Amino acid sequence: MTDDRASSHDLLVSSDLAEVRRVQDLVEAALQANRFGESDQFAVKLAVEEALVNAIKHGNQLDPAKSVRVRYSVDDEQFRIHITDEGPGFNPDDLPDPTADDFLERPCGRGVLLIRSFMTTVDFLGCGNEVVMSKIKTPPDADQ
Amino acid sequence: MSRQRITVEDVGDVAVVQFVDKKILDEQNIQMIGDDLFRLVDELGRRKLLLNFTNVDFMSSAALGKLIRLHQRLTQVGGKLVLCGISKDILQVFTLTKLDKMLKIVKDEQTGLGSF
Repeated sequence: MTDDRASSHDLLVSSDLAEVRRVQDLVEAALQANRFGESDQFAVKLAVEEALVNAIKHGNQLDPAKSVRVRYSVDDEQFRIHITDEGPGFNPDDLPDPTADDFLERPCGRGVLLIRSFMTTVDFLGCGNEVVMSKIKTPPDADQ
Repeated sequence: MSRQRITVEDVGDVAVVQFVDKKILDEQNIQMIGDDLFRLVDELGRRKLLLNFTNVDFMSSAALGKLIRLHQRLTQVGGKLVLCGISKDILQVFTLTKLDKMLKIVKDEQTGLGSF
């Protein structure tokens, strides 16, 4: 049986933070069409927000000559997304632990922690300029 | 003229702040909300701030930085910041980052008013 609501998309996003909202709206519509629950939608939107802002701001340094490639697919079981920027990449293992006592009062640096916490799988590929994330749909009776 | 992003109601000496937007996102928006909150402290001399998140259904880590700075500012001047009405999903953002240990978070506005 085919799933009419399943879809996959390939977008090229300019290095403008306003573009994040547009991607979020597309992702939200795709999740809703595939009946992801409220908490799953929150988790995916948060992770996409954090990863896309990182790609545009830290990866591409807001350079209008650079863009971010966003590929995502969603079906009745999972959401999966690749976000690739044109920056030099980074090693996520080099990031300080934002929950450490001496880091706690710093105003930034929590995005990767949240991405890893809210998504089912997260992998940084290449030189760290590509992140691949997935979220397995929570069964309806468990999403409360 | 910039649009209104927060509303402030005085309950005794506590400034109760509600957010107009359901989503606290993008840096420009967060910067403006932060400016409005800091104005309450630095220009209007408010020392007890209760931020009510009941209207908010989405918030990213960019807003956390503003809350941390606001907490630090209020602490410097002998004031206090309390957060209330936070949804289950957003509360996870605070607990995962352990900011629930630093920031005072209570269930609802009534509890918040009694926690200063």
